[in-house]
Amino acid sequence: MSELDLNKKTSEMLAKSEANAAKAEKTFIRPEDEEREVVAPDGSIIKVNPIYDYFSNEKPKEEKPRGGVVEKFLNWARAESIWVLGFGTGCGSIEIPPLVTPRFDMFRYGVQMRPTPRQSNAFIISGYLSVKTLKRVIRTYEQMPSPKYILALGSCTINGGMYYDSYSTINRLDKYIPVDVYIAGCMPRPEALLHGFVKLKQLIKEGKAEKANEYARNFDEYKANQKKIIKDWNMPDYNW
Amino acid sequence: MKQFIEKLSSKYDLQEVVYQRDNLVFAAISKENAIDAVTYLRDYEGFTHLVMMSCVDWIEDGKFQLLYLLNSPDLKSDIGLKVYIDRENPVMDSAHHLWKQVWTYQREIRESFGIDFPGSPRIEENFVVEGWDDKPFMRRDFDTHEYAQKTYFPRGNRKTNDPAEYMRKKLYPNQPVTAKQRKDDK
Amino acid sequence: MSIYVKLAYTFLGLMIVLNWGMLMGATMRKIGARMAGRHGIPFRQPWINLLKNISTRTIITHGVMYYMGPVFRLVGGVGLFLFMPVVFSGGVDGPWTNFSFQGDLVLILYFQMFGMLGMALGAGQGGHPYSAMGIARGLAQHAAVELPLTMAIISIAIQFDTLSIYKIVEAQQGGFQNWVLFTNPFAAAAIILAMLGALGHSPFNLVKAPNEILIGPATEYEGTYLGFMQSAGAIIHVMEAVLFMNLVFGGATSWIELIVKSFLIYFWSVFVGMVFPRFKIEQSITWFFKVPLVLGLLAIIIYMF
Repeated sequence: MSELDLNKKTSEMLAKSEANAAKAEKTFIRPEDEEREVVAPDGSIIKVNPIYDYFSNEKPKEEKPRGGVVEKFLNWARAESIWVLGFGTGCGSIEIPPLVTPRFDMFRYGVQMRPTPRQSNAFIISGYLSVKTLKRVIRTYEQMPSPKYILALGSCTINGGMYYDSYSTINRLDKYIPVDVYIAGCMPRPEALLHGFVKLKQLIKEGKAEKANEYARNFDEYKANQKKIIKDWNMPDYNW
Repeated sequence: MKQFIEKLSSKYDLQEVVYQRDNLVFAAISKENAIDAVTYLRDYEGFTHLVMMSCVDWIEDGKFQLLYLLNSPDLKSDIGLKVYIDRENPVMDSAHHLWKQVWTYQREIRESFGIDFPGSPRIEENFVVEGWDDKPFMRRDFDTHEYAQKTYFPRGNRKTNDPAEYMRKKLYPNQPVTAKQRKDDK
Repeated sequence: MSIYVKLAYTFLGLMIVLNWGMLMGATMRKIGARMAGRHGIPFRQPWINLLKNISTRTIITHGVMYYMGPVFRLVGGVGLFLFMPVVFSGGVDGPWTNFSFQGDLVLILYFQMFGMLGMALGAGQGGHPYSAMGIARGLAQHAAVELPLTMAIISIAIQFDTLSIYKIVEAQQGGFQNWVLFTNPFAAAAIILAMLGALGHSPFNLVKAPNEILIGPATEYEGTYLGFMQSAGAIIHVMEAVLFMNLVFGGATSWIELIVKSFLIYFWSVFVGMVFPRFKIEQSITWFFKVPLVLGLLAIIIYMF
């Protein structure tokens, strides 16, 4: 192809991709989530943004631990009773039901599964994380009360694993949410999961499992990373 | 199976007929006759079950190939009809009036390859990825490795090990077995 | 005795009941685990859960009515304790008879329902649709449980011609043959069946089971509120067992007897729960309207004449 043809082709491609991008930005917000004007009960017309959180729009704050003997005692209590959220994000969540069976009993370690993020303080990210699931994981993670711990299972959370060249799974988990313990394997066996829990308990008792505070400190950086890959962001910035 | 192919060839123009097994045959048909042929097979010959509809990207020939795989429960045999459509302007008639479930396949093919099926219900909704603004990702000129490197903050220093070689070196470090392994150990 | 000494005894009794409730809960879970062939939770687990829950650093609130849930439940539990004579020793003014008075049977029945009503307010304000579904089911099942229970209790009240629990317990002293279990078997049978629904184990634990719609009414509660509700739950379990013990099984004359009898009464519902699967709400409501209702009706009719 001559140079003139090449230039025309690239400029065509650029124009097409720009048109696509403009169309895409407009279509990523659903019609019910757009900012619009509604009629209030008293007759006036007000502007309403359904995604903005009118109850409280603050960023998360860093909660310093109390320190001293009291904090050591409370950390011991937190370590002996870890409630894990029952949200299986990927293929590794098949290694969690064996933990309830008699062979790898996890109840004697104090670990229980809870159904709601409001009552749990640990979250197991099991395996690969696609962009779709990452949006839900962020929403769930921000709803958990502090102090909260994340266990990352499998090699997909460390460097992408066997899906490192996929168009829709992430490569590094700790760019988006802070991770306490990585458990390597593809998939790790239940004994490895129990070893991970023991390691997490050690970290909590030493007072080193304060990643929720790190999330609050570097909130803007994490949020920028998350918004870079989640292009249809239709929730508030901080989903408390 | 031969009698169905003969009946079809008497009505439409069939190319590339392949008798793979005695209950599986593939044939290629033109884009204008495809929906007619599928309707004829469904209504008159008893191939009432649509197994799947899939797509292949022949980038060297500049074509997309759609495959309609039909199955007859009475005869327990399959017919696959291939349809070639143009790669630059990919549009195909929708088959949702024949089988209700075909809208899922058509939605998936539109998202992954970019082929439009005007009239199919819910054709513009997302199927696998949300917020996708690049070109359709199953096309062969979309480099998924480069896209992943660009977007997803890769962690460098990836090393891969062949499991058998790695375990052999760990468990039996001083015993090369074949000439190649002796050479590799050096 | 003076009011301050009585308050001190009541507070001490409440602490004993709270700790025994948590220990009993842990023992029941341990028994269930052993039946499944595994070790199960350690005995100190409920206390550690309580400590962990009250030490969360962030807490959310949905408004003022959101606090009603745990507060009403705790008030229901403490109210059940305050007006019930737990240990029958030393006469009406004995140390462990706790402010019970002449009409306290009706008040106890009211306090049983109190916790659920508070949860309804709190779950509604929480805004989660699954909480509202859970509490609607819970209230429906509780209403069905109350029917045979109240009929049997009225029959016992007619039998002894009094509405005071103290007098009912006093009339059952003096040996096994005086227990209501043997003197009014229909009412006792109705209470034993209705007890299964009140104590909240399988087959009637659809509302509280963690893998039914997201734990029902308690979906949005976290941290300290959850600690309140779980310790209130411990008190309520023991006090329900003590209520049935006072009404049907002759009351307790010492703390050891109370511990043994309440364990055995609570174990009856756990035992049934180990064996039977869960009912749906419409199945459980129709179950209560069959055999227990007929037994309650018979109990009242017998004592009407």
